[in-house]
Amino acid sequence: MIKLSDYIIPTVIILIIIYGIFKGTNVFDEFIKGAKNGFKIVYTITPSLIALIFAIELMKASGGLDILCSFLSPITKLLGIPQELTPLTILSPISGSGSVGMFERILKDNGPDGFIGRCASVMMGSTETTFYTMTLYYSSVNIKKTRHTLPSALCADFISFILSPKIVKLFFK
Amino acid sequence: MNYIWVIMIVFSFLSAIATKNMNNLSSAVLSSGSSAVTLALKLLGIICFWNGLIQIAEKSGLTKKLCKLLYPVLKLLFPTLKDEEALEAIAMNMTANLLGLDNAATPLGLKAMKRLKDLSPQNNIADDNMVRFVVINTAALHIVSTTVALLRQEYGSNAPTEIIFPAILTSIIALSSGVFMTFILKKVFR
Repeated sequence: MIKLSDYIIPTVIILIIIYGIFKGTNVFDEFIKGAKNGFKIVYTITPSLIALIFAIELMKASGGLDILCSFLSPITKLLGIPQELTPLTILSPISGSGSVGMFERILKDNGPDGFIGRCASVMMGSTETTFYTMTLYYSSVNIKKTRHTLPSALCADFISFILSPKIVKLFFK
Repeated sequence: MNYIWVIMIVFSFLSAIATKNMNNLSSAVLSSGSSAVTLALKLLGIICFWNGLIQIAEKSGLTKKLCKLLYPVLKLLFPTLKDEEALEAIAMNMTANLLGLDNAATPLGLKAMKRLKDLSPQNNIADDNMVRFVVINTAALHIVSTTVALLRQEYGSNAPTEIIFPAILTSIIALSSGVFMTFILKKVFR
């Protein structure tokens, strides 16, 4: 399983390029064009990264994060979520930049290949910023009543949070 | 987001007083800007690279092909939706999500929303298809979580991509439960 995952990214890349050449696409020029767009994306997300990492670092340095985590630990313990991941579960439905910042922090403090690092990676890989996506999608078409969207979406997030530690245990004995 | 940011900052300040950590707090103030920029720079390379690849996939018609493969899944997810244009926009959005391209997925998703809105009789109430579509997007399923893999590598992981399969499995289960909820709850929320 672990070996197979080494192949995914390179295989996807090769397939895209070969298919492009095969269809007569000017692959190099198109690549450059797309990469330029990447610059714009980073340009737009950097300010919010700065704002949110500022807040996260403050929480961390002040000891506020520890206070919050120990306050919530009875709940997370019951759900089998490691205490170190509590802040990620709070931030990830709310803010994309915030959860990337928190995720980086967790990797820095706990290392990527331990239980905590792996759990955080799986959580990050399996959730999206629920509130942001909802707001964006609905406001774009002027919809006010979102009915059962939020409960369903939060249910998916919740399942991913409680499942991540269990799946990590299953995969990495 | 507005309030959450303020709460985080004020809460930190109060905690620093309580735990007598004010010196740590002030050094964090000074260092946070540069650590955010460092993170942005780390992401810059991979985001540009991945966007370049997707541009190739789009131009060569590969994304369109992947969309076609998704059609049977869409029939299951949106049993009442018959409109071709809406289905195609949804398929494009899901393909971009699968490839881990949030930023390309968003404009496609908005396009799909617009079409769904045009089809919906009620003015400012979400219909069942919209709800399900938004839920699918909030629990996005990625085949390649490049940001996660990259940051793992940056922090010295021996196998940055080893989390791909567990992450896919987790997303599938989480996504299915979200979709399942939309089918159950649609009777409750009218």
